[in-house]
Amino acid sequence: MAYSQKVVDKFEETLNNPEKASVGRWKPGDEDFHRVGTGIVGAPACGDVMKLQIKCQNIDGENRIVDARFKTYGCGSAIASSGQLIDMLKGKTLEEAQAISNQEIVDILELPAIKIHCSVLAEEAIHRAIDDFKSLRNND
Amino acid sequence: MKQIYLDYASTTPVEEGVVKKMTDFMSFDGNFGNPASRSHSFGWKADEAVEEARNNLASLIGCDPREIIWTSGATESDNLAIKGAARFYKNKGNHLVTSKIEHKAVLDPFRQLEDEGFEVTYLEPNSLGEITVEQVADAVNEKTILVSLMHMNNELGTITDIDSIGELTRNRGIIFHVDAAQSIGKIPISMSSNKIDLLSISAHKFYGPKGVGALFVRRKPRVRLEPLFHGGGHERGFRSGTLATHQIVGLGEAARIAQQQMDEDLRKLENLKRIFWEEVKGIEEIYVNGDSKSKFPGILNISFNFVEGESLIMALKSIAVSSGSACTSASLEPSYVLRALGRKDELAHSSIRFSFGRYTTEKDVKETALIVKSSVERLREISPLWEMYQDGVDLDKIEWA
Repeated sequence: MAYSQKVVDKFEETLNNPEKASVGRWKPGDEDFHRVGTGIVGAPACGDVMKLQIKCQNIDGENRIVDARFKTYGCGSAIASSGQLIDMLKGKTLEEAQAISNQEIVDILELPAIKIHCSVLAEEAIHRAIDDFKSLRNND
Repeated sequence: MKQIYLDYASTTPVEEGVVKKMTDFMSFDGNFGNPASRSHSFGWKADEAVEEARNNLASLIGCDPREIIWTSGATESDNLAIKGAARFYKNKGNHLVTSKIEHKAVLDPFRQLEDEGFEVTYLEPNSLGEITVEQVADAVNEKTILVSLMHMNNELGTITDIDSIGELTRNRGIIFHVDAAQSIGKIPISMSSNKIDLLSISAHKFYGPKGVGALFVRRKPRVRLEPLFHGGGHERGFRSGTLATHQIVGLGEAARIAQQQMDEDLRKLENLKRIFWEEVKGIEEIYVNGDSKSKFPGILNISFNFVEGESLIMALKSIAVSSGSACTSASLEPSYVLRALGRKDELAHSSIRFSFGRYTTEKDVKETALIVKSSVERLREISPLWEMYQDGVDLDKIEWA
């Protein structure tokens, strides 16, 4: 299958400089971990697992995503979709992030039809991460 | 960017000498005649060339030249053998036997025959990728008219014990078809000593051109087929259609070279495989698929746990390899062959087939091994599954969303 140059570039960017591409994780015990929401979607048997973490901060009464990290197991377009999502998240309020649709990722990366599920996975990941963050808030 | 080609099981480049010979059979200045023309020298010369090719192939596989039917490739040969035999012998019985790890060119004709009312048993390989004679013995019954199994598996390189299975089918009066697309010209086979009735051959897997193949049809005992194509009655009525002289000449020349070079090729492949394996075997959590003792050294199929195969292929952009089989790589399903071995889906998703050939060098495999090591490492760094594995999480116990 031929990917768009954008998928290839995003994939290679991620692989060649994972730190810059926000690959990584926050784990229990890290400072500020209570401000991190985590979403894990997909399944190994299906060939895709995306783990997204968002770090939020209350700025002027609104929770904003100040940083995000991810790890993805999956095809090239799944990895590129995760990286693209990360770029779109930073600085957004939770409400804005919740409104990101998979179609935006499809359009930016020019994903082929057979790979649209990768963008859906990214959309699900951000929803899960936001839900997780909100549940943490409720537990406070 | 110069790519290293390690996908010889998918196709091979045509030998230069073969190309040269083929071009002599096309233009006005060449030998362009129709081999079926009996009335002039153009036809006679073309016919001579076709028969020389037939002799070369017959010599390679140890049969009578009259037992070879030219086709457009292994897919046609498989279709002609399977559908042709089942339909011709349908009054003797309606049960057929094949396996789950066959090529689609075998599985799809069987699906078609099921629609026509035949019953098909699909044998499952053991965990090493082998189909054994005992399994075949258990599967056949008095209604069985055809057993079809591949000689060498295209994804794994495992080799089926066709000699023993042939003895069994011959004793039971069952037609035995073997898809030998991957093995011909690479490992020895002798039709004069085995009991195979029908054998599919493809030229482009052994340094011949694409678009041409052959079907061996045994004369003693005589095997009959219902043809797929009806027309001029070429190839003893088994396959009508003007013979593609240049293609056939190419196949014949490739067969002649293969017979000369087989021992040397095999020694070379053993060496390349050994070098490659020495370099990669230290990578943690890798699994060789189809680790049978009876195996062709030119194919090595490895699952790299916690890394998805397609992303690994993208990372290995300077190396041409395939994930599962090229014929199915447009789909998102993991390899049905690896699943048939009982591999977990995630390991099936993580597999890469490296296949070496006549033009592969030691430098190629060493360079590949280095790139594989670093790519697996980098992809694992971004893999949440690898992270969980390192943390000691049992991935089988997680409920995935």
